[in-house]
Amino acid sequence: MAIPIKYNWRNLVVRRTTTILTAFSITLTVAVSVVLMALANGLETSLSTTGHPLNVMIMREGSQAEGFSSVSREGVRIIKDLDGIAKDDRGEPFVSPESIVLTSLLREGRTQGSNVTIRGLGPDGVALRPDFKIVQGRMFRFGLREVIVSRRISQRFQNCRLGDRLKFGRGYWNVVGIFNAGTSAYNSEIWTDVEGLMSEFRRDQYNDVLARVTSADAAVRVRDQVTTDQRLHLKPVMERDYFASQMQTATPIRIFGGLIAVLMAVGASFAAMNTMYAAVARRSREMGTLRALGFSRASVLFSFVVESMLIGALGGALGCLMSLAINGVTTGTTNFTSFGEMAFDFRVSPELLAAGMAFAVFMGLVGGFFPAWRSARQSVVNALRSS
Amino acid sequence: MVKPIIETHGLSRIFHRGAVEVPALENVDLQVNEGEFLCLMGPSGSGKTTLLNLIAGIDQPTSGELRVLGEDVASMGEDRLAAWRNAHVGFVFQTFNLIPVLTAFENVEMPLLLTRLSASERKKHVLVALELVGLQDRSDHYPRQLSGGQEQRVAIARAIVTDPTLIIADEPTGDLDARAAEEILGILVGLNRDYGKTIIMVTHDPRAARHATVTRHLEKGQLLPLEEAVATPTAGSPPASVETEKAHAAHI
Repeated sequence: MAIPIKYNWRNLVVRRTTTILTAFSITLTVAVSVVLMALANGLETSLSTTGHPLNVMIMREGSQAEGFSSVSREGVRIIKDLDGIAKDDRGEPFVSPESIVLTSLLREGRTQGSNVTIRGLGPDGVALRPDFKIVQGRMFRFGLREVIVSRRISQRFQNCRLGDRLKFGRGYWNVVGIFNAGTSAYNSEIWTDVEGLMSEFRRDQYNDVLARVTSADAAVRVRDQVTTDQRLHLKPVMERDYFASQMQTATPIRIFGGLIAVLMAVGASFAAMNTMYAAVARRSREMGTLRALGFSRASVLFSFVVESMLIGALGGALGCLMSLAINGVTTGTTNFTSFGEMAFDFRVSPELLAAGMAFAVFMGLVGGFFPAWRSARQSVVNALRSS
Repeated sequence: MVKPIIETHGLSRIFHRGAVEVPALENVDLQVNEGEFLCLMGPSGSGKTTLLNLIAGIDQPTSGELRVLGEDVASMGEDRLAAWRNAHVGFVFQTFNLIPVLTAFENVEMPLLLTRLSASERKKHVLVALELVGLQDRSDHYPRQLSGGQEQRVAIARAIVTDPTLIIADEPTGDLDARAAEEILGILVGLNRDYGKTIIMVTHDPRAARHATVTRHLEKGQLLPLEEAVATPTAGSPPASVETEKAHAAHI
């Protein structure tokens, strides 16, 4: 039979200052860990949820990113005629030739700029993105110097609000709408007419073509046609696969976050260990009494370990609570594939909170084990003699 | 016919303090019969607490034989010994040793948590034990809310709640004033006389020793012969103590 847990809980309450201070070191460790993982989580969610399952992105052979690709107008015409390409509402091939430009814009409240992706879309570009929704203003008109800005970019950069005039290229562009593209990577972009954008930057080639295929089998047929057509020198990749492959951007964050977590956890575990050593020393006679009454060494060991894990759980709960404050907050980083700004939300998921709690309890376990072992190893006589 | 419940032959305990060996107990031959109230006396360092600890099963002898309640206690493993103590031995300590964060009820209940009794059965036993020591109305009080005498009474209730055969009391009145000490000794005498509990008590106080049926003395780790010991009759039990003294003399 284990020593009742109320014995441990009440001892923690009686020494509440020590308990809270020890738990707080675990709180900070958990909060920092969860926030860093939420950062990686948000980034990965953004990249993994971008794209329609039947959208194919067609780029130049050998290109790793849209920005380094080029597709000729002739290439676009050939793609439109491929077997397997779906038709839009007007009965036209459901494709969007697109162009990408990176421009440096100033962050709100800062003097430093960051690269933001400006995407030129064909007439079907918006329809190909099912998560797209105008939330303020209206859609840009093709042929005019009008842009729509994603809500996240609008919140983070200067001159990106509805009605603003944004300068890039050779002149100013009117912000006529703010859009939301769900959790996708498109939520970090500014969109405009592809022809206007190419003219602004004196380009005669698109970067890539986004096309809808009729089915999964059709995607295979389109792939085969593109890769075997000697005129094209292009490669097709499913849109979702393209953005998912960019999740490497999250890797440094996870590694860094993991290192920070481990370093902080060592410190927090030592704090718990210190507290439990003091508890063991202070309650040595109590433990001797319980052993004399018939409680085994194992129950003494278990009792102190549980007490330390309770401190861990308390710290973990507070840490998780603190980290919830960051959930949904928008932040940004540089996409290491496109080198453009990637704005995304911190995502504190239930799985992350559970992992945070487990981590906290584990720190308590590690911190409590050696003091508990010491207490259990002590002879009953020596324990009863201690003051 | 009285039967011995404690028998020791050549019992010794040596403590090691670094390279130095300290013989706390040397070749002790002792027999304690069922229903006795034995008092162990002696100066500090005479080995009385050591002998008590060995009998109670919370220490192991270095050599010799030790049988308590028919069991070879010295050869028991740790876990079996813990279970044996829970079933057969009740402890009363000089400093009461109550758990500060548990109420009187919860303190008394602790030994019962190691039994198979249900919560309602445990509650009955606890209340009976507290009633026996006159503290049934203080069951939800914490030790800090009790006087020294009351704390020791709770400790006695804890010691008897599993209905053990043997009660071990190490200086039970050492931290109490005279009045509280008399109350405690009165309870112990009652447990011995009315419930047949075998009690072994260590004390420095001759007044406390007067409540025992048999008194043995230790000196420098050795148990003095019985002719040098004093059998102390208590009210209502002279015949038992005389028989005990005769039995001891025949044994030696």
